[in-house]
Amino acid sequence: MAARQETVARVEEIDVDAYKYGFTTDIESEKAPKGLSEDIVRFISAKKNEPEWLTEWRLEAYRRWLTMEEPKWARVDYPAIDYQDLYYYSAPKSTPGPKSLDEVDPELLRTYEKLGIPLREQEALAGVEQRKVAVDAVFDSVSVATTFREELSKVGVIFCPISEAVREHPELVRKYLGSVVPVTDNFYATLNSAVFSDGSFVYIPPGVRCPMELSTYFRINEKNTGQFERTLIIADAGSYVSYLEGCTAPKRDENQLHAAVVELVALDDAEIKYSTVQNWYPGDSEGKGGIYNFVTKRGDCRGKNSHISWTQVETGSAVTWKYPSCILRGDNSQGEFYSIAVSNGYQQVDSGTKMIHLGKNTKSRIISKGISAGHSQNTYRGQVSAHRKAEGARNFTNCDSLLIGDKCGAHTVPYLESKNASAVFEHEATTSKISEDQLFYCMQRGLSEEEATALIVNGFVRDVLQKLPMEFAVEAQKLIAVSLEGSVG
Amino acid sequence: MTVQAIDKKSEAETAFAGAFEAMKGKGASSLRQASWEFFTRKGLPTRRVEAWHYTDLRASLRTVAPLGAPGAITLPPTTLGRVRLVVADGAFRPELSDVAALPAGVELSSLADVLAKEDGAVLTALGLPENAGADAVVALNAALMQDGVVLRIAPATDVAKTIEILLLSTGGEALSSFTRSLVIVGDGAKAKIVETSLALAPSGAQENHVLAFAIGAGAEVEHIADIGPQSESAIRLFSLLITAQAKAAFKSLGFVEGGGLVRRQIFARLAGEEASVSLDGISLLGGKDHADTTLVVEHAAPHCKSRERFRNVLDGQSTGVFQGKVVVRPGAQKTDGSMQSRALLLSENATMNNKPELEIFADDVVCGHGATCGRLDADQLFYLVARGLPKHEAEALLIEGFAGEIVEALGEEAARDAYFERIRSWLGKRGGAK
Repeated sequence: MAARQETVARVEEIDVDAYKYGFTTDIESEKAPKGLSEDIVRFISAKKNEPEWLTEWRLEAYRRWLTMEEPKWARVDYPAIDYQDLYYYSAPKSTPGPKSLDEVDPELLRTYEKLGIPLREQEALAGVEQRKVAVDAVFDSVSVATTFREELSKVGVIFCPISEAVREHPELVRKYLGSVVPVTDNFYATLNSAVFSDGSFVYIPPGVRCPMELSTYFRINEKNTGQFERTLIIADAGSYVSYLEGCTAPKRDENQLHAAVVELVALDDAEIKYSTVQNWYPGDSEGKGGIYNFVTKRGDCRGKNSHISWTQVETGSAVTWKYPSCILRGDNSQGEFYSIAVSNGYQQVDSGTKMIHLGKNTKSRIISKGISAGHSQNTYRGQVSAHRKAEGARNFTNCDSLLIGDKCGAHTVPYLESKNASAVFEHEATTSKISEDQLFYCMQRGLSEEEATALIVNGFVRDVLQKLPMEFAVEAQKLIAVSLEGSVG
Repeated sequence: MTVQAIDKKSEAETAFAGAFEAMKGKGASSLRQASWEFFTRKGLPTRRVEAWHYTDLRASLRTVAPLGAPGAITLPPTTLGRVRLVVADGAFRPELSDVAALPAGVELSSLADVLAKEDGAVLTALGLPENAGADAVVALNAALMQDGVVLRIAPATDVAKTIEILLLSTGGEALSSFTRSLVIVGDGAKAKIVETSLALAPSGAQENHVLAFAIGAGAEVEHIADIGPQSESAIRLFSLLITAQAKAAFKSLGFVEGGGLVRRQIFARLAGEEASVSLDGISLLGGKDHADTTLVVEHAAPHCKSRERFRNVLDGQSTGVFQGKVVVRPGAQKTDGSMQSRALLLSENATMNNKPELEIFADDVVCGHGATCGRLDADQLFYLVARGLPKHEAEALLIEGFAGEIVEALGEEAARDAYFERIRSWLGKRGGAK
């Protein structure tokens, strides 16, 4: 028992302040006035030189948003957000539109260096063995740099900030924007539709296998700033793309809002692999500060045999409200969701997925691993549904929760709705603590308690880690270790 | 769209006010008044109430049927040697009940009498496990309760005979009834209680029944809820409330054989260390049946154990719902909980909704749940058909095996045989499948 108590004591001591991305960048930025109104929406739209139809689209969303109420069904608890006390637009002053990296504010480049994101292509190119990753870096409200664009354009891949795509590929944007997450979808998605500032746009032409990993790196820097990015990825027939997303923010005492929308469209035989390592500032050990992460992510398997896979490692944010989903519309399409959600301190996580089976012989797979420690609350909330025509739909769900310490909570709320007799759904969930037998077994073989715990936790999340692209798997593994510092060696 | 509070009362909600006027003078006035106020605030549950996510009672219950009055009844014979207590159309009927046959150590009163006397001990025991307190249907029952039976089983009594509470609907005219029964089981006592919902003739009855168990330390209770067929227009709501003290054991089987809208809700609270509950259930549904089983098992003390196993067999255009929530309160260490829900869809138009939940606030626990949903296994069918069984017999055999696994757990052999027979007869009525 002593060993266990020690672990608990250590977990309680976990220094959430150890968040190593908590620095701020001192950079002059241009902000819209505080608050939200039709004028602000127009201001953002004007800043981006947007066409009339998009301005109208935003305004319609804004008007709709005014009639909506914040969803209250998730198991999260936070003080009411004053939406008029936020900045909806903030951009580093030297932008918009640097022609090359040399024009980018060196302070910004240093920020990304600190974060370990190589923006200079030559640096990335230097290591011959290293696989290339194209990066779109989003700083507060704007995209500051996108790398490897030329090389990508040779194969016809479009990878650029969404504000640029609006200008240069309006036909694509107009066709797909809001087609997966409609403007009216939910409170936060509607807000995002009204004020979204930037994000990435990806289009993979038919039959193209994207030659490198695409990646977006999000950073919230300014105080009192909401970040509302919008990502749109379209994989045309028979194409493939793997996309990575990472997020950090400085340590601040006040809570910051992040309400993103991600839309994926996979046409016939296309495959999209979307991976996230979310490490927004989680707040300090008293639960003060941190990011509110209210994100709507949805993939539409529109074509037959299409495939969308979500992988997420969630370690940051004070409050997470996030359900990456798949609409399995095309016959034989597949959706996958792999998740590791680690919560510590006073973090609250309510995350999961939705798998909506509409087409015939559609398959989905959900593997969710929740680890809660400290005073955190970690909820898996997921829905699997088969509609009348979803002949032969198949789902397998596995949700496991691990509890470290007796002040935290782990909850599982799955919804399984079948309207088709030939649909086969299986769901299983377990909740337990690290077993004393396992610990004893490892320690008897000479491991310290820390090492033993680390080994067991790694084993617990291994199924999901294996689904991450290699570059991210290493980072994710480290992140989990840092997040659980004290109990994991 | 935006969710606004329901400020407009539905026709049914308004109509209940009339029933409340009729009942409020009949004892337990403060409990009735508080419950009524709670109900009027909440209204009839809709899909927006999470615990009613798959059963929209407000939409189903449009008009309220009148309360019944006692009339002449011809009863079917008792079965399985049970001691029968008859509650017909909302009224306890001692003249039709086997009052004289009640075993020693069992004290019987009618709820109406107890309420009229404002019996303090009973009123306290009527206080609900706190997790049921938020349910509008239980509150409506407390406001409008007409009658029922109150059984007090003396400590350390081993009641050998099974006591059956027969909730009878005489049928013909559609009637409303609100019954509440209470079983207080003394420390170390043993009892077997069956509640049977039986319709002498089908009708669009609207029934709201509550059965509450207060189980003393070390006591053991076996319970069966037997919900027989009824008209497709009937609405029957059954709430089972259980509070188990240290080392108490509660074991239950729910057997639902269709009949319009059926909602079983179970609120079990494991209040003392080493208490245990085992909740099993079978629903056999066809036609337009809608059967919802929603349960909350609350582990409020350490070292408790809970087991739930549910099977839904769905034919026709029926809908099955299973919502099960296991809550482990802070400090309820060494909890052992496991829940399983399996559904078999026999028709293209049947629907199953499963929502097994875990809500855990203690770390040293082992909890799990499993849920599956699908049709009969093609390989198993093939195996049987290849051995010469006609297809419908092969199907019946597999379905019997699927549901029968639950019946097997019944202690009493005669009861086991009776429920197997019920499954077979349901399968017989179903006829050869497509």
